[in-house]
Amino acid sequence: MQFSTEILEQLQLAVGRENVLTAKEDLISYSFDGTAAMQQMPGCVVFARATEEVAAILKLAHQTRTAVVTRGSGTGLSGGSLPSPQCVVLCTVKMNRILELDRANLTMWVEPGVTTLQVADAASAAGLFYPPDPGSMRISTIGGNVAENSGGLRGLKYGITRNYVMGLEVVLPNGEIMRTGNKCVKDVAGYSLKDLFIGSEGTLGVMTKVLLRLIPKPQAKKTMVATFAQMDHAAEAVSAIIAAQIIPCTLEFLDRMTIHCVEDYAKIGLPLDCEALLLMETDGHPAAVAEEAAQMERICREQGCLEVRVAKDDAEATKLASARRTAFSALARVAPTTILEDATVPRSELAKMIRFVAAVARKYQLKIGTFGHMGDGNLHPTFLTDERNKDEMHRVEEAFKEIFDEAIRLGGTITGEHGVGLAKKSILPKFAGDAQMRVMRELRRVLDPNGILNPGKMFD
Amino acid sequence: MHCGLCLPTCPTYDATKLERNSPRGRIALMRAIADDRLEPTRAFADEMYFCLGCLACMTACPAGVNYAELFEHARAEAEASGVLDSPKRSLLRNFTLRWLFMDLNRLQGVGLALRLYQRLGLQSFVRRSGVLKLLPRRLRELEAMMPSVQSHFSADLIEPVTPASGKRRFRVALLTGCAQDLIFSGVNRDTVEVLARNGCEVVTPPEQSCCGSLHAHNGEWELAQQLARKQIDQFPPDEYDAIVTNAAGCGSHLKHYAKLLHDDPVYHRRAELWDAKVRDIHEWLTHIGLEPPASNRLPVQRVTYHEACHLCHGQKITAQPRQILRAIPNLKLVELPESTWCCGSAGIYNLIQPEMAAELLDRKLEHIRSTGAEVVATGNPGCLLQIINGAKRQGMALRVVHPITLLAEAYRQEGSV
Ligand SMILES: Cc1cc2nc3c(=O)[nH]c(=O)nc-3n(C[C@H](O)[C@H](O)[C@H](O)COP(=O)(O)OP(=O)(O)OC[C@H]3O[C@@H](n4cnc5c(N)ncnc54)[C@H](O)[C@@H]3O)c2cc1C
Ligand code: SF4
Repeated sequence: MQFSTEILEQLQLAVGRENVLTAKEDLISYSFDGTAAMQQMPGCVVFARATEEVAAILKLAHQTRTAVVTRGSGTGLSGGSLPSPQCVVLCTVKMNRILELDRANLTMWVEPGVTTLQVADAASAAGLFYPPDPGSMRISTIGGNVAENSGGLRGLKYGITRNYVMGLEVVLPNGEIMRTGNKCVKDVAGYSLKDLFIGSEGTLGVMTKVLLRLIPKPQAKKTMVATFAQMDHAAEAVSAIIAAQIIPCTLEFLDRMTIHCVEDYAKIGLPLDCEALLLMETDGHPAAVAEEAAQMERICREQGCLEVRVAKDDAEATKLASARRTAFSALARVAPTTILEDATVPRSELAKMIRFVAAVARKYQLKIGTFGHMGDGNLHPTFLTDERNKDEMHRVEEAFKEIFDEAIRLGGTITGEHGVGLAKKSILPKFAGDAQMRVMRELRRVLDPNGILNPGKMFD
Repeated sequence: MHCGLCLPTCPTYDATKLERNSPRGRIALMRAIADDRLEPTRAFADEMYFCLGCLACMTACPAGVNYAELFEHARAEAEASGVLDSPKRSLLRNFTLRWLFMDLNRLQGVGLALRLYQRLGLQSFVRRSGVLKLLPRRLRELEAMMPSVQSHFSADLIEPVTPASGKRRFRVALLTGCAQDLIFSGVNRDTVEVLARNGCEVVTPPEQSCCGSLHAHNGEWELAQQLARKQIDQFPPDEYDAIVTNAAGCGSHLKHYAKLLHDDPVYHRRAELWDAKVRDIHEWLTHIGLEPPASNRLPVQRVTYHEACHLCHGQKITAQPRQILRAIPNLKLVELPESTWCCGSAGIYNLIQPEMAAELLDRKLEHIRSTGAEVVATGNPGCLLQIINGAKRQGMALRVVHPITLLAEAYRQEGSV
């Protein structure tokens, strides 16, 4: 089916000919995001460079009831920016300016296509700190981060993207431009609408500017690696650290499979002879850092760890964190299709969850690598499979169902940070319950009566 | 896996922000062709030639996707499909790939002609005469980019066998290359001297052939295979401790003959041994333990190091050249920002994609300028040429040299202390 030429002409008028792509080679290049085994050709791809252009595009889409899927860098892991059939892909990567860094108020205004790394670097250059650091930070966009409410390696102490968004400029599905939030620390004038858009997965509006909160850079940090002979020992060590009222900035977990894949790529000398590895980092005042590090080391030893290694300098610490960020991609060294989950449980239930995941993998005879933000109770069990093997893909699905059920039973959630998108759409109703589903549907209908934004995602 | 972690390291994606100009997009196109969702179209072929082949994505890719191989296959596929064919292009390809670079004598013949053009004053005459103004702009630019052909080819400068100075520890072959031989034969002489100084007997037959990297990168598999066999015959790998190359682009191709000759029952095994013996000069010298030049009277020089793509991404050699530069007395090495970002030379890329190449060159020169270095060292003839031309165009006082030349100069000074 050919995309409507009339709409194409209008789009070209709005953003310029060179910013509207229709060649098959381009459509193929935008027919997927970071999610495995999902593909859909869009009708066209449009690059906006300013709020007004986004507004014009949405107005047109609203009038013509054309589906629009907003896309940052397409690293999402739940199919959020996967095109819907014949949609306009609205790509934000050319809106990539840092607009203002306000040292007096510790804030930064950015356009949505700025990468997370650019934000972190700009903050750092001003002696400040932007903590959210998803594994994809070198390329993921701030717009995508806000839309998915992304976490990172520092969630335990510093929280997630939501905790750093002070304001938004959003284009609503009818083309109206709305600002919500501001530089004030306190603001209770009306509903906190900005919070509604954080984690909205491109279904309620298109963010065109983001006001970010920055904090002072911690003076010191210490990074350590502890290894364990059993996975649940690592989980228990994490629970013990938190029970001892220590909140390090990072407590990341890798299992044997993941350690081997990461080391195979990064070659930084990770210890290979263990079942689990914890990457731990504490930061803050030098005295507090030294004390916390010593305590964490002691607790790990008490929990029977094999070895604790302290990074000798910043360079080594950075290498360790960078290597950890490659975990998901590195697992693809083992199998062509890597399907990862995002189950999250209260931290006290971690050891149970880890044992359960291992048992499920055994039951369904699946190859698995598990890593995750252990300090956040957020695990990424990743099945290593091949999408062409129908039988195995079926077993993967069955295994996931069990994992979700168990996560919910333990008081957890079906997705901690990757979002619902298409991947979790079918299980959201069960998790959210009737009342939440009704409110969410009605909210979406009010904002997007014609159902043009990311249709088919999250829920129908 | 389509995680996108390669995108920020891709120079073409960085420039255009278009997914099809990224490794992830290109791989998706290749896959679409493999799955019969796309024909090898003209746009596909163009895309494969817009890619620099710098392989930065391979350094970035945690999943270990072998882009180099995919890319060479894709170019071969594009060639086979004929979508790029035009009489002019076929003529050019036939002349360069099928004729010129298949035989060193021809290459040297053309080199001689160019040398005459330059030496007899013809070039400056032509340039002054204004005749060039009559040429299309593109040709004029090409004329300006034309490298100065050296007054001696490698064979005039180097004996077929150079004994090790002092005790012989190793016996190595040096591949003199084609571009290197024509334009930078001095680097070959320097390499021989440095090897000999470090206990290597160096075998350098005067008649050598092209390694075939140009052919493989441009979709000419069979010619590349022919040339590989020729190399293996000329340098039986079991007769040498190492087969040394000083051109990064050649090295990263030379190390993969086994893949290239995979289906060749006669050559495959020898190719495996060959691959194991091929060493980049920096790699080999640090491996055998380089003898640092004695402190000398060389003036203090501030040097920065540009990493040739096919050294740092293609062969993962990053520490060794720096180690060598640091071993040189009175040399202060200053790090180059974005040292691993392509300079735009990329084989013959600067000829076929002049705009993108110029953009990358400007970016590179800007960073070089920011270091305050008066010398930039780099281990690949293509990069040397590209940066020399750029510096000339911008009127920058910059010496552009191979690291081994700096090392050889330091050794030469030793005696005079
Ligand atoms: C290797 C790897 C590691 C990862 N690590 C983490 C991690 O540690 N933590 C984590 O939380 N996630 C992680 N992710 C997932 C992913 O990177 C994040 O979800 C990221 O925020 C997506 O950003 P993006 O720019 O790629 O957005 P896209 O994938 O392009 O889009 C994601 C969603 O956001 C919407 N969207 C994008 N821009 C806008 C906008 N301006 N306005 C409204 N909606 C918009 C899209 O419609 C879509 O629904 C990882 C992914 C990979 C591949
Ligand atoms: S080539 Fe590697 S880094 Fe790039 S998208 Fe594919 S898996 Fe990710």
